[in-house]
Amino acid sequence: MISLYYKADSPLHGLPAGIKLTFLVFLGTTLFLYDSLWFVGLTLIGVLILFAVGQIPVRRVVDQLKPALILLVIIFVAQGLINGWEFGLLVVARFAALILAASLVTLTTLTSQMVAAIETVMSPFSRWISVEKISLSLSLAIRFIPVIAVLTHEVREAQRVRGLEKNLFAVATPVVIRTLKMGDQIAEALDARSFDTETSEDVQKG
Amino acid sequence: MIRLRSVSVEIEGRSILKDVTLDLTEQRVGIIGLNGSGKSTFVRLLNGLQLPTEGSVTVDELETKKDSRKVRRKVGFVFQNPENQIVYPIVKEDLAFGLKNLKVDKKKTEERVFATLKKYDLAHLSDRFTHQLSGGEKQMIALMGVMIMDPEYIVFDEPTTLLDLRNTRRLMSVIAGLSQSVLMVTHDLDLLSKFDRVLCFQEGQLVADDRPERVIQQYKTLCDV
Repeated sequence: MISLYYKADSPLHGLPAGIKLTFLVFLGTTLFLYDSLWFVGLTLIGVLILFAVGQIPVRRVVDQLKPALILLVIIFVAQGLINGWEFGLLVVARFAALILAASLVTLTTLTSQMVAAIETVMSPFSRWISVEKISLSLSLAIRFIPVIAVLTHEVREAQRVRGLEKNLFAVATPVVIRTLKMGDQIAEALDARSFDTETSEDVQKG
Repeated sequence: MIRLRSVSVEIEGRSILKDVTLDLTEQRVGIIGLNGSGKSTFVRLLNGLQLPTEGSVTVDELETKKDSRKVRRKVGFVFQNPENQIVYPIVKEDLAFGLKNLKVDKKKTEERVFATLKKYDLAHLSDRFTHQLSGGEKQMIALMGVMIMDPEYIVFDEPTTLLDLRNTRRLMSVIAGLSQSVLMVTHDLDLLSKFDRVLCFQEGQLVADDRPERVIQQYKTLCDV
């Protein structure tokens, strides 16, 4: 499940999204530059301290790692057997630090702030690409992940009633068709809500 | 005033609306008809989501074929399913969406979002995730997303279909208090009793256009047949 904004009044929440994203890129790069367990371990502890600074409950920290837990165990065992257990620990700690740091950014940053930061980064390319459309696509992707999850659950339940829950085709087909239909309706709603419209000052009267 | 002149709509060779001519000047107009009668196509014409194959639709002298963007600013549209109308994950972000498109500055946007939510007693939803709202709350937020753009007309396409009785009453009470002209498609005939005018469509044709009680009576006769 995608991690989503956690409302709190912390210094991390107050930081501009651009700074947090830059920090994430910097952290991601340096984590892979040094093969030192001490360095990676201290970084992981540092990220956990930042969770406390961001006033994120421990439960949310665990939630962020849960989906990746099996993968981390597999990586640890595979790396341990091939390259030694210390290296396995290093790789797992590195991934855990990166996953937690990325989660921390999304937990403390509103989608609109994130999108605004991405728009700023892309603005020099606005002559060639539609920055607004790209940022809207990002927002829509985040917004509709839970919606499509609910839709899939509904279809799976309906097919279970018919004894078809294990038939991938019977589940995937309605999900794809309903998602495409929903896409058409969203496009229409965007038109109705003045997306891609001309700038006008009179709406600013309020 | 919304004006339709000899409007017909054909989609993939199928006639959906046939030769509709009328002026809409009333504050509250209801639209009824059986499924597939053309009523949704009719309301989609009013803000340029659907363009006529023949004839013209004008909103305060702006023709939808030529000025669809300007028309959409004047005519807000609330869809049946709010899920597809809400585009941002958090309520206040979604309400800000339309204003952002119009390049309204950030501070004014925040003020208007807060004022709009407060006016309708929804300020407590400001920071909520949109996918976690109830059906009634989602429909209210979809309406707020339209209201914040300050349209002159608001079209509702079966807005109460997915709502329970309490939320239907709440939404209708908000609609009753709107200063804008309202045009509403519905199958719930009780909602139209206080409307000024009701239009009834059948097989793409406008078959009744009068006071609610008269049109509803005609519609019931049509359903009996």
